[in-house]
Amino acid sequence: MATVKLSFSPAPVHVRTARLVGVAVARRAGVREDLLDEVRLAIGEACTRAVALHRQYGLHDPVLVEMSDTGAYTVRVIDRAPIEAGIGLAALPPDELAKESLSEDALTTGVGFALLAGFVEDLQVRPVEEGIGTEVRMVWPVGR
Amino acid sequence: MELSLATRTVGEHTVLEVGGEVDVYTAPRLRERLLELIDGGARRVVVDLGRVDFLDSTGLGVLVGALKRLRSADGSFALVCDKEPLLKIFRITALDQVFPLHPTVDAAISADPTGAEA
Repeated sequence: MATVKLSFSPAPVHVRTARLVGVAVARRAGVREDLLDEVRLAIGEACTRAVALHRQYGLHDPVLVEMSDTGAYTVRVIDRAPIEAGIGLAALPPDELAKESLSEDALTTGVGFALLAGFVEDLQVRPVEEGIGTEVRMVWPVGR
Repeated sequence: MELSLATRTVGEHTVLEVGGEVDVYTAPRLRERLLELIDGGARRVVVDLGRVDFLDSTGLGVLVGALKRLRSADGSFALVCDKEPLLKIFRITALDQVFPLHPTVDAAISADPTGAEA
C-alpha cells in the first residue's frame, strides 16, 4: 500500500502539478496505460473545481489531493468550501450549453461535472467527514 | 507542454492554431487572443486544436464563449479536431452538438462557404 498526499494553494497554476503527480502515481499503482488520459483529465477537473470554489469564497486554505493504491487506485480531492456550493450543476443538455444566458462560469462548472461523470465510473461527491468541505472521490482499477 | 497560439489568415477566415495544454491556468490567454481577434474584426474564425494535448472544462468554456460572441456578430466559428481523446471530450459534454467539428482546416473552411474562396 502507498499513499501520496499533495496539498496546494488554491491557484490555477498548481492544477497542472496535481495532474502530473496524479498520473505518475496512477502509473506506478498499475492503472492501465489507456486509462491515464482519463485519470489526468478527471484529477484536473476535480482540482479545477476545488480551486474555483476556494477563490469564490475567498478561502486561502490549501486544496488536498490524496492518492492511494490500496486494492484500486483511489484519488480524493478535498475542498473547504461551504457544502451548498459543492454539488454544482448536473450535466447540461446541448440546447442549454449554447444559450446566451448561460454564463461561462456556469457552463464550465456544468461541463466539468459532465467530464467527471463521463470519465470516472466510480465517482462520489460527498461532504467531508470533519469540518466544512466536499470530497470528490474517484476510483480506477489497477491492472496487476 | 505550455500553451502555444499562432494565427494565420486563409481567405476570409482567421485560423488560430492552438498547441499544448489548455487548462484553468492557460485558458485565460486563449480567451484574450480570441477576443483580440474578434475585436479586431475577425468574423470567420477556425480554431485548430490539432496540436492540443490537453483540454479541460475551462478551455471548453472559452471556446463556447467565442462561438456565442461570433454568432451574435453574424460571424462563424468552427473547430478542427481529429484526435479521438479530444473528440471523446466533446461527445461526453454534448458539445459535439454545439460546435461545428472538422477533421482538417480545409474541411472547416469549405464547410463555411460564404467567404471569398466560395
